Amino acid sequence: MSTRLIGALLAALPFTASAQSQLNLTQGVTEISNRVYDLHMTILYICIVIGIVVFGAMFWSMIAHRKSRGHKPATFHENVKVEILWTVIPFLILIGMAIPATSTLIAMEDTSESDVTVLITGSQWKWHYRYFEHDVEYFSLLATRPDQINNKLPKGENYLLEVDRPLVIPTGQKVRFLITSDDVIHSWWVPAFAVKKDANPGFINEAWTKVDEPGIYRGQCAELCGKDHGYMPIVVIAKEPADYEAWITAQQTAQREAKAEEQRLLAMSMTKQELMELGERVYLGSCAACHQPNGQGIPGVFPTLVGTEMVTNDINGHIDIVLYGKQGTSMQAFGNMLSLREIAAVVTYERNAWGNNTGELIQAADVNARTKN
Amino acid sequence: MSTAAGTMDHHDHDHHHHAPSGITRWLFTTNHKDIGSMYLWFSFIMFLLGGSMALVIRAELFQPGLQLVDPHFFNQMTTVHGLIMVFGAVMPAFTGLANWMVPMMIGAPDMALPRMNNWSFWILPFAFAILLASLFMEGGGPAFGWTFYAPLSTTYSSDSTALFVFSVHIMGISSIMGAINVIVTIMNMRAPGMTYMKMPLFVWTWFITAFLLIAVMPVLAAAVTMVLTDKYFGTSFFDAAGGGDPVMFQHIFWFFGHPEVYIMILPSFGIVSAIIPAFSRKPLFGYASMVYATAAIAGLSFLVWAHHMFTTGMPVAAALFFMYCTMLISVPTGVKVFNWVATMWRGAITFETPMLFALAFVILFTIGGFSGLMLAITPVDFQYHDTYFVVAHFHYVLVTGAIFSIMAAAYYWLPKWTGHMYNETLAKWHFWVSLISVNVLFFPMHFVGLAGMPRRIPDYALQFADINQIVSIGAFVFGLSQLIFLVVVVKCIRGGEKAPAKPWEGATGLEWTVPSPAPYHTFDTPPEVK
Repeated sequence: MSTRLIGALLAALPFTASAQSQLNLTQGVTEISNRVYDLHMTILYICIVIGIVVFGAMFWSMIAHRKSRGHKPATFHENVKVEILWTVIPFLILIGMAIPATSTLIAMEDTSESDVTVLITGSQWKWHYRYFEHDVEYFSLLATRPDQINNKLPKGENYLLEVDRPLVIPTGQKVRFLITSDDVIHSWWVPAFAVKKDANPGFINEAWTKVDEPGIYRGQCAELCGKDHGYMPIVVIAKEPADYEAWITAQQTAQREAKAEEQRLLAMSMTKQELMELGERVYLGSCAACHQPNGQGIPGVFPTLVGTEMVTNDINGHIDIVLYGKQGTSMQAFGNMLSLREIAAVVTYERNAWGNNTGELIQAADVNARTKN
Repeated sequence: MSTAAGTMDHHDHDHHHHAPSGITRWLFTTNHKDIGSMYLWFSFIMFLLGGSMALVIRAELFQPGLQLVDPHFFNQMTTVHGLIMVFGAVMPAFTGLANWMVPMMIGAPDMALPRMNNWSFWILPFAFAILLASLFMEGGGPAFGWTFYAPLSTTYSSDSTALFVFSVHIMGISSIMGAINVIVTIMNMRAPGMTYMKMPLFVWTWFITAFLLIAVMPVLAAAVTMVLTDKYFGTSFFDAAGGGDPVMFQHIFWFFGHPEVYIMILPSFGIVSAIIPAFSRKPLFGYASMVYATAAIAGLSFLVWAHHMFTTGMPVAAALFFMYCTMLISVPTGVKVFNWVATMWRGAITFETPMLFALAFVILFTIGGFSGLMLAITPVDFQYHDTYFVVAHFHYVLVTGAIFSIMAAAYYWLPKWTGHMYNETLAKWHFWVSLISVNVLFFPMHFVGLAGMPRRIPDYALQFADINQIVSIGAFVFGLSQLIFLVVVVKCIRGGEKAPAKPWEGATGLEWTVPSPAPYHTFDTPPEVK
């Protein structure tokens, strides 16, 4: 451990200002975020002025009223007028702060008359987006490779702030977010929009934004949500309305085709090699965060998949738990997240990797047989 | 010669005293000075332990990427660091100071309930042994943050949660017993003539703190009990699937948590209100308004809890109510700061170490107050919430606030406790190294928080790298500089220049009327207060 620490310290030496460090609040790209920024700056300036006055008086005393200078202490110890004054003046300053704060807050909370609605669902440790007006939904996962996190590869420009499928919203339209969670509390935060709202399991929160400039905006989960809380970023792409419509259409087509393809492939069998290759990919992407790349989990937190009754024997139980999750535990339902092929592949992989060697192959049709529709 | 508790040698006891010697003296003691010393040593050990966990956190955050620990262990470190610092370092340190000083300040021979006093200390080591042992369990210790939000702490936590709940219960019982003792002592054992409005402010602030403790520790006990039954006994207080509400957990927790914040700062106000007049050689300005401001802060502390929860989604009217109430707290707090400055104004100031820590307290606590005011403004809080800006804020209030005041108190009363003067040169080294490093540690956190770095993450995006490196360097220097404090205290206990009954020219109060070190039993005959 100590050699690693020294290594880390040495490696850090040439690490100079690679990116300009941001020191102040993000001004953001929406009217609201600008109002929030202005409010922040106003209060900051007020605090700085008060600080200069108070600390100024203090330092003046420390310099001028020192015993070593021969200053003789006064004996006064109260003054009702002064005391009333410095109770009333701060109160008036507070009223001055409260007025713009109130109007900004009321504007932020007005989610009425939106043009687009997106349901955002957090779960350990990814976001799911569903467009209300269209038949489009998908998961959005961290795209940074584990090798970068483990310092085996150089870190990319958007390290930890990149996802496989960003949320896409139209510019110039009021987008309403409905925010909830499937497991623990998460918090959906995009600083550039000044939107941060908790995703509470079993309840739905509302927020909104209206972005004028097309662009890519990045954020992160803001509420501690377990082991990989630091690894569930948010990326939002704002597109011109026409581009947005085109994107929605493309997504709808793609999702429809994927479903049709899935049905078509039900009849086909994959070879063991295909299943194991796809299964490993899916496993590392969706399962390894908890069950670990070696399948052994974290004792006492996440169960092992090596040599257990379910993985060596109970095929149906195994498929079911992947499809539907397990109530009251961290094991979530992957039925909506993975295709039938992917589930078949990952179950096959788990039953044949790490010395499980059951030799069983599960095909998409086997998984389909366990679905309830 | 009589011996104060806190000395390493306990061979020569007070002549009238027949206490057992050796370990049994400490196990069975009912003496407020012995118990006070044990509280203070315990809290210092916890401070170093919680601090080492902070250094694990800062070492991991020195660079982006995962270098030293895995995220699950990182979360255990942030959680246990918080729990230890709040319940193991700051609160017991204040109880220790109350034990030592409250009886001496009001002219009482001891605490009112000495056996309970012994008990309230001696259950603490067990509470923390349980908490720390849970780190070695399969699945690790608590990893859900010291705020243990459900359902992360219920359905999704490891099996050690039961130990966490049990240890928090014990800590709560200890705090409540300590608080009862303080209240009973102050109400019944004041010397003749010591009216309420003549009590030193440290006694007043502790009196109010004790009521806060009795009001909110049971709320914490309720919260952890509901977590326990939700996790192990199938209840659904915080589970929407069973008709519960995870946000209700936060309401209950912060109904405890916000008064708790004031529990950890009101005694500081009392300490600083003793030290600043002493070294300004001028009476405290606005004594009565100090008392009323303390009471006002304590009262308001029950009306602001939801400002920790603005992003949970609450009605606009509720958010406005909590915003206004929170802003209001800055009025009595401001009064206190103004009074301290007015106390210094036209005094005859000297800068011994207790004064240096008290002055640093006033300035840095006020900076923490400013960021607190900023956090109160709901629309901007949406941007600050759960970022390093919050981490910076509460460390300014807790480290440069509460802990600096505890250091100030230790230096101020060490001569009274040990009978020796501490080494002023070393103490000044401790102060200046701490002052500089603590600001290198916590001030840049404001920037990285504003720039958008969430708290409680083991790894971060590249634009936060430079500042995190600076912060980590500050952390290690600050952590190591506390060893200077240890050296000063140990040297002071072992020897040094003999302290007179009143080593500080401008100090006032009954504690300075007894010899240094304070005899094992003080005020067997109550002094007359005019």
